[in-house]
Amino acid sequence: MSALFILIIISMLVAGSFLFLFLHAVKKGQYDDTYTPSVRMLFDDSTPADPTTPSQETLNTKN
Amino acid sequence: MITSQPGQKQTSTNLHCYHCGEPCKETTIHLEEKAFCCDGCKLVFEILYENNLCTYYDVAKSSGNSPDSSVYVGKFTYLKQPEVLKQLLHFSSESQHHIKLFVPRIHCSSCIWLLENLQKLDGGVISSSVNFPRREVNIVYNPAQTDLSKIAARMASIGYEPHISLGDIDKIQRRKAVRGQWLKIGVAGFCFGNIMMMSFPEYFSIGSLAGQESLQQTFIWLNFALALPVLFYSAQEFFVSGWTALRNKHLNIDLPIAAAVLMTFLRSVYEITSGTGAGYFDSMAGIVFFMLIGRAFQSRTYETLSFDRDYKSYFPVAVSILKPDGTEDQITVSDLKKGMRMRIRNQEVVPADAILLRGDARIDYSFVTGESDPEKKLLGDIVYAGGRQTGASIELEIVKPVKYSYLTQLWNHAAFRKDDAEAEQASMVNKINQYFTVGIFVIASIAAFYWWNAGENARMMDAVTTILIVACPCILLLAATFTNGNVLSILGKNGLYLKNAFVIEKLAGANAIVFDKTGTITLNSQAAIRFVGEQLPEKYRQSIYSLAIQSTHPLSLLISASFKGLQAKIVKEFCDVTGSGLKGEVDGKAVQLGSASFLGIKTVNLFSDTRVYVSVDEEILGYYSFDHALRPGLANLISKLKQRFSLFLLSGDKENDKDRLRSFFAEDAMQFRQQPDDKLQFISNLQQSGNKVLMVGDGLNDAGALRQSDAGIAVSDNVNNFSPACDAILDGKVLPKLASMLQYCRDGKRVIAVSFALSLLYNFVGLYFSVRGELEPVVAAILMPVTSISIVSFATITSSLMARRRGL
Repeated sequence: MSALFILIIISMLVAGSFLFLFLHAVKKGQYDDTYTPSVRMLFDDSTPADPTTPSQETLNTKN
Repeated sequence: MITSQPGQKQTSTNLHCYHCGEPCKETTIHLEEKAFCCDGCKLVFEILYENNLCTYYDVAKSSGNSPDSSVYVGKFTYLKQPEVLKQLLHFSSESQHHIKLFVPRIHCSSCIWLLENLQKLDGGVISSSVNFPRREVNIVYNPAQTDLSKIAARMASIGYEPHISLGDIDKIQRRKAVRGQWLKIGVAGFCFGNIMMMSFPEYFSIGSLAGQESLQQTFIWLNFALALPVLFYSAQEFFVSGWTALRNKHLNIDLPIAAAVLMTFLRSVYEITSGTGAGYFDSMAGIVFFMLIGRAFQSRTYETLSFDRDYKSYFPVAVSILKPDGTEDQITVSDLKKGMRMRIRNQEVVPADAILLRGDARIDYSFVTGESDPEKKLLGDIVYAGGRQTGASIELEIVKPVKYSYLTQLWNHAAFRKDDAEAEQASMVNKINQYFTVGIFVIASIAAFYWWNAGENARMMDAVTTILIVACPCILLLAATFTNGNVLSILGKNGLYLKNAFVIEKLAGANAIVFDKTGTITLNSQAAIRFVGEQLPEKYRQSIYSLAIQSTHPLSLLISASFKGLQAKIVKEFCDVTGSGLKGEVDGKAVQLGSASFLGIKTVNLFSDTRVYVSVDEEILGYYSFDHALRPGLANLISKLKQRFSLFLLSGDKENDKDRLRSFFAEDAMQFRQQPDDKLQFISNLQQSGNKVLMVGDGLNDAGALRQSDAGIAVSDNVNNFSPACDAILDGKVLPKLASMLQYCRDGKRVIAVSFALSLLYNFVGLYFSVRGELEPVVAAILMPVTSISIVSFATITSSLMARRRGL
């Protein structure tokens, strides 16, 4: 039966650590904005040259 | 000619602006292969192109903002003021300033991308990140390299003007409260789950077998330990609010919950210390957990909307002051004093009552009075606070400080001290709950007296605590919170955003509706145009069109749009006199479009509508008359509302629209030339004769009436823009649905009543078994969540079905 006591302690520790992680995440503001990060991760890091934009020369002559 | 016309129309409607995606009208600007609807859009494109930010257009196609034309050079110079900065920044050091800016025009993934690349547009920006649901940009910048006024101006130039007002600063407070709510739910959920798990041996009587007492004891004491955070942390708000109510000598919703939680805990502690049982920690944690979830569901607020703005959010943060030595200085509005001279530029708002000293003042009071035409002021005239100057800059001397000005005095009225606690007191849930609580205490005391009389003190304690635990009104309240939460979210999806759940009931209880005119039942942006005079000859039509198309003034745009399929001719000697009109020479004839005085017409200046006169070669041909167009679907809405409500109309305008509105409102139900104070008084009179009044308005001039009314709905064409303090914000586009929305609020109330009946039934059944001592712990443990969940699903599903029936 004493194995059960050890198991209970371990299970409480595991569950407690998840609770701690949750509280930590809330405090860090991870639940403040649940939308923007999902969009942000899709952006490319660098800005590739856009082939559809006019060249610098044509812009300058127009101005 | 005739055959080519449809084709021509086709191309102009199919062409969409590369930047903002709006269909290009007559004034299409081409740059390479790209079409732009206006100069503003083209300018933004050029800025982005020069800074290598054209990925903007790849993220989401043609979704840019056309820059707001009302932004002028120097609009943000006040942000250089250290006092202003101090209030706005939430962190500042030598090398870093942190600020949150509210940008209501954020609307798509492109916006996020662009605003998070601000450092490419301004080298001084260290980083920027967007919070999309809040329409907020967090900017970190180096004050040595740039300053806030530059950043704000830059953002405005690309179509993302930040809205800065000192009134909105306290939002950060609310955020902390939201986080606290998550933490409490997390803790309660964790404890509830684990207590349930630890209670399983108890439910199935495993631990009571011989030789396993130590195990049983361990589980019980672990449950006790897990119940402590629920009691002392998660359930905190119930105790605090219940105690406050008790101290103010009234009952509120939280009091019975607090009592039940405390009673369950004490009884459980007694049971485990005396060794008579395992306690009811599972029920206690469950009650708290479910209640907190219900609260969170119900109080899910609209983060970008603000329901308690006053004039401060509308007024500028700072204005230019002229010192005696002639130099100009910026000063925050609250520091303005009598006798100071201020300079107000085009599109700036006059923040205090003042006398006009210099300049050509044309003050647009549309926000204060609802009157849409700018009013011309002469030197020495008093200009009231809240007016917006249109035209060149003017100089004024302040006669009253901001707080005491004519408009802002409205906010000193008693109506603005009304607070939400009263609304809670008056709510149906609270009333039923009061009877319920009293009823429970009566039953409990009868039972107590009975057992005390029989001389069985132990059983007396037993009976009393059992009654209080089983008859907890929590299920009752769960039903109400979930129904309200669902109603709020369904109405929100349909474009009616309520401040809180109490508003549902206020809307359901109204029997009179008062409408404002301009901006509420009429559209601000769209005007109905009609030409008064003899029919224009074809050759003149073309000349007038050619002249009108030269200008981007809203009235010119409307005139040019009224001619379809014409070719513009060349205009010579074009001249645009701001605020007066246009003139030019077309086909050798002098064409003029503009106000009566611009064309030299002498009239009694009492037009009821906006007029633009037309003359060719000095011959007056007639005038264009502009009326604000009524919102589409209004007739239908009014006829539906008439069946149930008495309807009234209050307008700050002159009587000009009376004829048009006669079909909607009774003759004596229409009031014109109403000052903000008059409106408030009108509502208050209606209330005194026993009506529950619903006010539907839009501007600052309605602020008093919105506040005084039992429920105030602010109509707004862009819900993120300014709206005065109110109980609900309605998207102007869905105004026709108002009748079914009000119906739905009543439905919601009915659903709550039925759920109450259902939960009462549960309570009686529970009470019956528990009094007879026939409730097995395992049955009780299963029943508790089952009843909660069944009530919650009943409330949510019925309210959703009701919404479908109402077409919402």
